[in-house]
Amino acid sequence: MLHGKAHKYGKNVDTDVIIPGKYCNIIDPAELGKHALEGLDPNYTTKMKSGDIIVADTNFGCGSSREVAPIAIKGSGTSAVIAKSFARIFYRNALNIGLPIFESAEAVDGIDDGDEIEVFPESGVIRNITKGTEYKSAEFPPFMRELIDAGGLVPYVERRLAAKV
Amino acid sequence: MERLLRYINLNLMGMTLTEKILARHAGLDRVEAGQIINANVDLVLANELSAAVAIGVMRGIKGASKVFDREKIALVEDHFVPAKDAQSAKLAKLMKDFAAEQKITHFFDVGRGGIEHVVLPQEGLVAPGEVIVGGDSHTCTYGALGAFATGMGSTDIAAAFVLGEVWLKVPASIKIIYSGTLGHMVYAKDLMLRTVGELGIDGATYRAIEYHGSTIDEMSITGRFTMANMAIEAGAKNGIFHADDKAIAFVKERTDRPFVVEKADADAVYERVIAIDVANLEPQVACPHTPDNVHSISDVTRDDVVVDQVFIGSCTNGYIDDLRIVAKILEGKKIASNVRVIVNPGSQQVWMQAAQEGVLTTLAAAGCAVNTPGCGACFGGHMGTLGDGERAISTTNRNYVGRMGSPKSEVYLASPATCAASALTGKITDPRVLELAGV
Repeated sequence: MLHGKAHKYGKNVDTDVIIPGKYCNIIDPAELGKHALEGLDPNYTTKMKSGDIIVADTNFGCGSSREVAPIAIKGSGTSAVIAKSFARIFYRNALNIGLPIFESAEAVDGIDDGDEIEVFPESGVIRNITKGTEYKSAEFPPFMRELIDAGGLVPYVERRLAAKV
Repeated sequence: MERLLRYINLNLMGMTLTEKILARHAGLDRVEAGQIINANVDLVLANELSAAVAIGVMRGIKGASKVFDREKIALVEDHFVPAKDAQSAKLAKLMKDFAAEQKITHFFDVGRGGIEHVVLPQEGLVAPGEVIVGGDSHTCTYGALGAFATGMGSTDIAAAFVLGEVWLKVPASIKIIYSGTLGHMVYAKDLMLRTVGELGIDGATYRAIEYHGSTIDEMSITGRFTMANMAIEAGAKNGIFHADDKAIAFVKERTDRPFVVEKADADAVYERVIAIDVANLEPQVACPHTPDNVHSISDVTRDDVVVDQVFIGSCTNGYIDDLRIVAKILEGKKIASNVRVIVNPGSQQVWMQAAQEGVLTTLAAAGCAVNTPGCGACFGGHMGTLGDGERAISTTNRNYVGRMGSPKSEVYLASPATCAASALTGKITDPRVLELAGV
């Protein structure tokens, strides 16, 4: 179970504000984490606590394919991102690097900045403890669910490789 | 019964260009939008930033000591080149060492390549009907030559390095039909900005854009690169053109490799069909801070929009045609005193051609700083970073907050002609008005 305070942002949070280009030559997750969301909210990493959750509107993570974007969010200690929708490449990258992401328009509309949130990754249930409301995130397509259950893309690749030999 | 009819219908209906290419690469007779497939790839691309992470991931994959095919991987040093600092040099070296270890055929160091998306087509590494994945979102550029090409993150690229295949969800396609002839000083960039403005920055998310129409038929290959390049700015997975005689000739001049030219079926199923008449299209400008905040130039120039920097280059507009347009406008003139102009030819080959034609001398004489090819300025990396309160007009593809430097800077996106006209006046300027004024 993931648990933390919600930090709420708008639509089209792009990868340039999630991790500005000048930091893209960093590969250490903790170091990247110090600059998470710097272009959007320079105070994010100082005001957030480990486990906190980013809540955003539509098209989260649009723009560049930089995998350091979800790595920076994860590296900051953020436990999950809940959004109305995700940009395509960010969605793949987040699942590939193990940043939990959840799609739910109702949850996003029902969560205010600072609300205390619980997320159950297995069931996709999102609880707003502050307001006493509960939501269910969109289910992952079956193939994505398989990838997640297999432990991510790397174990999947290992299986494909073994099958090819 | 209804399900049976639907099944029969689906199997009778034709495929889009993207579906045709993906079906063949998945070893299937047909695919349809939404289907998950494993597709063989013809080329996997990475730059020093995406490669550094991908190589790390590959090292962690059990049983993966070698890339699937050393001739089907392209590694290009282009983002922080020449190395901005020791950390950037470390990533560049990491990729260079990996290229040597794996005996990668297509490794491009500084001075021998340039911006990945300008380099690959120019080197004959892209052909119609191919599937190409790259660790950079602008990999979609290769759709200009009739290839399926899409950007991915480093973990997916690591998987493609070792497997030679990727899992993909077949995208539904949006067909855009352009008609009419582009007006004087109106270019492919203006048309694509207008298109992104129409679609919105998530208007084509998870979709393919298939470009059609008489305007496209008349368009140069470089114009098509510009348009395919910015498909991602509408969120698209790929943007694709049919390879016509012009595209086939471009590829055959550069490679002897055999390729299959695919064509969308006449009864292909499109999610949306959009018609755009370009006859009255003015030069377009994407205003801060999203690429879909697009306005006609006459709306933007109603007030004086003074700029501090003009940037010419990138995988969108770093081609020889683009530099020629800029040189023609700046020839024999001086840029305005309040502005600095930075020019990055897209590749070493473009740089050399521009030098031989005298284009670089024209630009330098006008007061432009001509840099070595690279991506630095476009993404706020280096070689042209904006400071607090500065404003730029740029031929690049993104203008998000802080894209070219300070989060307190502003970026306007436009064509090379509009950027060149703005360089002469020091404010955003309609190149047609400037010409009439005889400035």
